[in-house]
Amino acid sequence: MEFLLVLGIPLLGGIVLALFGHRQRATEVNIVFSFLTFLAAIALTKRIIDGGPERFYDEQFFIDPFNVFLVALTAFVGFTTSVFSRPYMRIEHDHGRLTSGRLRLYHSMFQLFMFTMLLALTTNNMGILWVAMEAATLTTVLLVSLYRTSASLEAAWKYFILCGVGIAQALFGTILLYFAAEKLLGHGGGALLWTHLDAVKGQLEPTVMSLAFVFLLVGYGTKVGLVPLHNWLPDAHAEGPTPVSAVLSGLLLNVALYAVVRCKVLTDGALHSTLAGTLMMGFGLLSVVVAAFFLSRQKDIKRMFAYSSVEHMGIVTFAFGMGGPVASFGGLLHMTVHSLTKSAIFFAVGHATQKSGTQLMEHIRGLLKISPTIGWGLMLGTLAILGMPPFGVFASEFLILTTAMRQQPWATPFLLVALGVAFASIFGKVQPMVFGESSLRTLPHKPAMLPVFVHLALVLMLGLWIPPYLADWYRQAARFIG
Amino acid sequence: MSLSHYYGQFINLLAAILLLLSFAMLGQRRILSLINLFMAQGAVLCASTVVVALTTGQSHLYWSALITLVLKVFLLPWILHRLIRRLNVKWDVETLINIPTTMLIGIVLVIFSFNLALPISELAGTVTRSLLGIAMACVLLAFLMMITRSKAVPQVIGFLSMENGLFFAATSATYGMPMVVELGIALDVLVGTIILGVFFFQIREKFESLDIRHLEQLKED
Repeated sequence: MEFLLVLGIPLLGGIVLALFGHRQRATEVNIVFSFLTFLAAIALTKRIIDGGPERFYDEQFFIDPFNVFLVALTAFVGFTTSVFSRPYMRIEHDHGRLTSGRLRLYHSMFQLFMFTMLLALTTNNMGILWVAMEAATLTTVLLVSLYRTSASLEAAWKYFILCGVGIAQALFGTILLYFAAEKLLGHGGGALLWTHLDAVKGQLEPTVMSLAFVFLLVGYGTKVGLVPLHNWLPDAHAEGPTPVSAVLSGLLLNVALYAVVRCKVLTDGALHSTLAGTLMMGFGLLSVVVAAFFLSRQKDIKRMFAYSSVEHMGIVTFAFGMGGPVASFGGLLHMTVHSLTKSAIFFAVGHATQKSGTQLMEHIRGLLKISPTIGWGLMLGTLAILGMPPFGVFASEFLILTTAMRQQPWATPFLLVALGVAFASIFGKVQPMVFGESSLRTLPHKPAMLPVFVHLALVLMLGLWIPPYLADWYRQAARFIG
Repeated sequence: MSLSHYYGQFINLLAAILLLLSFAMLGQRRILSLINLFMAQGAVLCASTVVVALTTGQSHLYWSALITLVLKVFLLPWILHRLIRRLNVKWDVETLINIPTTMLIGIVLVIFSFNLALPISELAGTVTRSLLGIAMACVLLAFLMMITRSKAVPQVIGFLSMENGLFFAATSATYGMPMVVELGIALDVLVGTIILGVFFFQIREKFESLDIRHLEQLKED
């Protein structure tokens, strides 16, 4: 029942908001639906804590230690984003950047986007996983072009074509996976169920599986934003409305990476070699280094933090590629804290850009003078994402780096230099924005800064103390990721 | 000669036609003909699915053939025709690389995909196993078409044609994906085309043209 609600509420929300979304109260209805989804996710999580992993509806869906916390995280960030988007979207509406029709599109698509991500996370069927990932692109394309400026149309077009082509590669990979599985599991729906595949992964044909994994990695890797397939990401993040940037960065990238890791587990089992891990380490490291150097050249604040997402996704991909219980633990923790921190930063950035009327960093000055909460939110978020102790990002990066020193010493100089460059470029740009003199305008609606501080508090908590069941899930998930 | 032998030959013939159509699309300059070629590709795909179904007795393939027929022969071409009528874009397609060069690159791609598919084809137990290379070639040719076209509509036709190649790969290598997955894919393709249709109007409203070279403002400097 809890499970049905987790998927049913956002789907229903999407339909209801499409029908009545132009009403005055649509922003609150959006919050209510997101909150109900969050409650359902909590109930589901509680049930899993009490009863252990479960499969639903003829094994078509499943919850295991790997996806349970991602479901809770997705529902939580979805809820806080809807809280943030209420004042944000009203201000955009008052400034005349959005009409009520487009707000209706936004609210409906936001709920459907949540639905597709939760579907991708909970489905046991690798084919449905593909369908849900593609649907997640489709629901967000029109959100990226919501402002209908020439730049946003271009960003949306790029997003659609690049992710469409990428995801087509993933479909080819899925076909090859099915081809390999069909011999063992027989024809029909069972051959694409992940739990069934996992049981026989040792006997899957290695040649087919290695080719399949290359296609799957390139396909889903496009959505993760791995270099050199990342071109759509900075544009889509910078040109779309900020709540969309927050969920794209905080959630969609995680879900795509989740898909890659699921495929990696199968490939590792079939190949008995480190091909999958090596490929992931290569892509991950390249993303970290390239993104770090692009960071210093950015002028647009949302673009800069988009590149920071590429960098962090690179770190997580590298960690999973490296493998081993500690690195995978670090990767899972990093996924969680990055998602919380990055969405918090986008919330703060959203209000900061609304106050200054521009996304160009050189025109944003003295946030602290005008609004201490926005200024501190941005500053603390930036410190957290840069890996300052005692925030959680520090803990996860520390775990990943120390494991890298032991297992892959050649990679550590690259990682350290990239982290250093990223620190210098981001901090050097955020500092004058927060401190200093300013002439910013006041906003017609009070900004919602609560989500920012709730997220940052959680990240701080994860840096100091990880709840025992969460650590336990991480450990169990890390064990089978290998 | 048994009946199944003829079926096998017939599928090979259809696959060859499919590849030929991919090349024809690559060389076609007119948008209307491009849509017609896409429609023909859909029809060939449908026919080949029916033949595979006849040979193997996999009854769910009839359903996928039906979906292909409805979606790729009727619905999508109809949407595309309507779209270009409403947008009034019947002019010739411009290519970024001239057509003979594109053709030559296409031939290289076909050889490449045959080589790539060879070890896998040998593993396949299906009657249609030799067709995986052709399917992969179709995917790559459609990809090439997307790269070389500068207008939005041909790019989308390239995208849809790529999906045709993937569908052909699924039928030829594995007798089709499970039904629920195939339905999901069909839904995604349909919704994607509709969203793109909406999107075309937005692009044209903004730029008064569907030339995607207008969409090159966002760059790293």
